[in-house]
Amino acid sequence: MMAELRNALQQLYWQKVFFVLGALMTLYLIYPVLFNVQGVYLITDILIYFLVFCLILFVAYIRKQPHLSVPWRQVFKGKIAMSSAVVLSFFIIVGLMDSIHFRYIEKSEATNTSYSVDMLSVLDVSLRYISSDSEKTYSAPFAIYSYAKENFINDEGVKYRAYPRLKFAGSHLKKPEQEYWQDIISKSVKGLIIGLIISVVFSAIFIFYLSRTSARSYLDTLKNILQDKFDLPWRVMLITLSIVIVLCAWLFYLSHFYHVMGTDKVGQDVFYLTLKSIRTGLVIGTLTTLIMLPFAIALGVMAGYFKGWVDDVIQYIYTTLNSIPGILLIVAVMLAIDVYIENHPALFETAIERADIKLLALCVVLGITSWTGLCRLLRGEVFKLRELEYIQAARALGVSNFKIITSHIIPNVMHIVLIVVVLDFSGLVLAEAVLAYIGVGVDPSTISWGNMINSARLELARDPVVWWSLISAFSFMFALVLAANLFSDAIRDAFDPRQQGVK
Amino acid sequence: MFAYISRRILYAIPILIGVNLLTFALYFLVNSPDDMARMHLGAKYITQEGIDKWKTERGYDKPLFYNETEQSYKKLSNTIFYNKSVKLFLFDFGNADNGRNIGFDISERMWASLAYAIPVFLVGMLVYISFALLLVFFRATYVDLWGVVLCVVMMSISAIIYIIAGQYLIGKILLLVPISGYEPGFSAVKFLILPVVIGIVAGLGSSARWYRTIFLEEINRDYVRTARAKGLSELRVLFSHVLKNAMIPILTGAVVAIPLLFMGSLLMESFFGIPGLGSYTIDAIRSQDFAIVRAMVFLGSVLYIVGLVLTDISYTFVDPRVRLN
Repeated sequence: MMAELRNALQQLYWQKVFFVLGALMTLYLIYPVLFNVQGVYLITDILIYFLVFCLILFVAYIRKQPHLSVPWRQVFKGKIAMSSAVVLSFFIIVGLMDSIHFRYIEKSEATNTSYSVDMLSVLDVSLRYISSDSEKTYSAPFAIYSYAKENFINDEGVKYRAYPRLKFAGSHLKKPEQEYWQDIISKSVKGLIIGLIISVVFSAIFIFYLSRTSARSYLDTLKNILQDKFDLPWRVMLITLSIVIVLCAWLFYLSHFYHVMGTDKVGQDVFYLTLKSIRTGLVIGTLTTLIMLPFAIALGVMAGYFKGWVDDVIQYIYTTLNSIPGILLIVAVMLAIDVYIENHPALFETAIERADIKLLALCVVLGITSWTGLCRLLRGEVFKLRELEYIQAARALGVSNFKIITSHIIPNVMHIVLIVVVLDFSGLVLAEAVLAYIGVGVDPSTISWGNMINSARLELARDPVVWWSLISAFSFMFALVLAANLFSDAIRDAFDPRQQGVK
Repeated sequence: MFAYISRRILYAIPILIGVNLLTFALYFLVNSPDDMARMHLGAKYITQEGIDKWKTERGYDKPLFYNETEQSYKKLSNTIFYNKSVKLFLFDFGNADNGRNIGFDISERMWASLAYAIPVFLVGMLVYISFALLLVFFRATYVDLWGVVLCVVMMSISAIIYIIAGQYLIGKILLLVPISGYEPGFSAVKFLILPVVIGIVAGLGSSARWYRTIFLEEINRDYVRTARAKGLSELRVLFSHVLKNAMIPILTGAVVAIPLLFMGSLLMESFFGIPGLGSYTIDAIRSQDFAIVRAMVFLGSVLYIVGLVLTDISYTFVDPRVRLN
C-alpha cells in the first residue's frame, strides 16, 4: 500500500518535471511566433540550453535521491557558498538572457518577409537605451564631456578647441555646471530606492513561500530568518540578493542617463560591453567541460576497468596529448579553424555565426587540452573500485561489463567528475584573457573580458589614463571567478571524502 | 635503476612519434607546402617554378606521409614527415624559414629563459612553502582563515591583470625599474626583478593553498602526534617531520616542472620583452614558422618526459620505501 502510494507520488513528481521541461522547450521554440520576430539559434545557444535542460533534470533527480541531496544541502549550508551561489546565479541569468537571439522583422509582405540585419539578444533589447546611442570616442565614467577636444567656432567666427558635450550622457542637463552633482545624487537615490523596493518585494514573496513549505506563520518565518534558525542560511542569501538587486537597480537606472562605466575607443558603453562579456565567459567555462566530459569519462573508466592493452592505448593517447605544450596545440587548432572559415565562407551567413563557430572551436580545443587530468584521476579511482567486493560479486554473478560500468562504477566516480568540473570552470574563464593576449582567443569581434583587457592594456599609456574599461572588465571577471572559486570549494568539501578530516 | 631508465626512454619513442604526427597533421591540415612557399616568398609575382624551387631547397617537395612512387620501405621514408622527424630525434632542428639555425638560436635564447625561470621557480617554491607552513602553524585561527581567503582572492585574478598592474605601478608610477627589455650579463638583474616578482605573486594563491592542503593531510597522522607527545616544539614538528613527509606530493608537482624551465614562459617573456624561448615560440607562431614551432613542440615533449622520469627517480631519494622496477 505504502509502496504503491510512494510509486504514484514518484511518478507524479517526474510528470511535473517533464511538464515543466516540455513547456520551457516549447516556449523557446515558439517565442519568435509570439513576438513576431525571426528566432536565431546559434550553436552555442543550443548547447547552453541543452546544458540548462540537463541541469534541471539533474536537480530533479538529486532531490529524490537522499544520498545525493544530503551533500548538496551541506554545500548550501555554508554562508559563503550560499552568497556566492546568489552572485553566480546573477551571472547565469544575464548569460542566459544573452543567449536568446533573434532578428526583428523589417518589412512584412505576403510573399517574402525581410529581416533586419542586426542580430539581437534579450539582453540587448533590455539594454536598448544604451546600445543604440554611442559616443564618438572615450569618455570617463559619469562624464558629460568627451575625452578628446574638438574644434568649435564661436559666435564671432573664431576657432577654438574645447571638450564637446557627449551626445547621450547627461544630455538631459540644461546647465551642467550647476546641476551635475545634484542630478547624480538625486538619480542615485532614486535608483537605490527602486532597488530597495524590488528586493523587499522579492524577500516578502520568498518568506511567504518559505512559511508555506515549513508550516510556520509568516511572522515566525521572518523571525527565524532574522535569527538564522533555519537549516540553510536564508538570512545571508536574502542579504546578498538584496545587495545584488540594489546595485543592479542603481547601475541600470543611472545608465539611462550616463555612461556609468565610461565609453571605449569607438564610443561604445563599457557597462554594456562588460555585461555582454558574461556570456562569453560562461560559454567558455561550461561548454568546454561539457564537450570534454564524455571522452574523459568513457576513456578514463575504460582504462581503469579493462586494464591491459586498452589501458596502454588510452595511456598512450593522453601522455602524447599531455606532452605537447597546451598553448601550442590551441594555437595550431585555432589557425586551422581560421583557414577553414576562410575557405568555406558559404557555410556561415553572418559575422556573428562565424564568431560563434570560433568560440565553439576554442571550447573544443580547450577541452582537448584539459580532459587528460580528469581521465587520469578517473583511471586511478576505477582501478581501486574494480577490486572492491561488490563489483567482484557482480562479475561473479555474470553481470555484463557494460552494466557494471554504467550502474556500479560511473555513479561512484561522479563526485570526482563534479569536483573537477567546478574547479576547472574558473581556470577556463581566466585562461580566456591570456589567450586573447596571445591572439588565439575568441574572435576579435566577440565581446569578451579578454578582448576588453587586451585592448585596455594599450590605453594605459594615454594621458590622462583610460582606466575604466580595464577596471570594469576586471571587476566583473573577478566577481565571477571569485564566486565560482568559493562555490567550488564548498562543493569539494562536501563531496570529497579525502577532504573531510582536513578543515 | 638503469634498466628502469632505459625502459622509460624506450617508452618515450612512440610518444614522441605520436607528438610529431599530431603536429604535422595539425599544421598541414591548415597549410599545404605550396601555401607555405607562397607566404614566405611574398604574395606578388610568384611563379610555380619559384614555389617549386623554394620547396626543393627546404625539402618540402615530397608527399607528406606516404610516397606511392617509391619502392618498399622508401614509400614511408622518402616523405616530408620522415625526413623532418628523423632529424628531430637526433636533435638536429635544421634551419628556420628565415635561414637561421634553430639549434643555435635555442642554445642562445635558452639563457634568458633560464635567467627568468630559475629564480621564479626557486624563490617561488620557498615563498609558497613557507607561506603554507605559516598558515598551517596558525591553523584553525583567524590568521589561517584570512590567509586562505587571501589565497582564493589572489587565485581569482587573471595573470594578465598582475602583469598590467605591476608594470603600471612599479614601472610607470614609481619608476623603480624599466617596464620591459633585456640586457645580457649582469645588468639583466634590473630587467628581471619585476617579471620575477610578478611571476611569484601571480602563482601565490593557488600554490600556497595547494601546499597547505598537503601539509594539513600530514598533520593528522600518528607520527605527528607521537612527535608532539615527545615534547617537540610545534615549529620543530612542522619543519623537520611534516615537511619531510610532505615531500612526495610536493616533488610530484615540482620536479616535472624543472626541465620545462628551459622552455620559458610564453606570457611573461613576450610581455616583458625577454628574448627567451617563450617569446621565440610566440614570434614563430605569429609568423607561422613551422620549423621552429615543430622544434619547440618536440623539445617541450622531450623535456616533459624527462621530467616524469626525474620525478620517479627523485621519489627514491626522498622515500626509501619506493623502489624502481
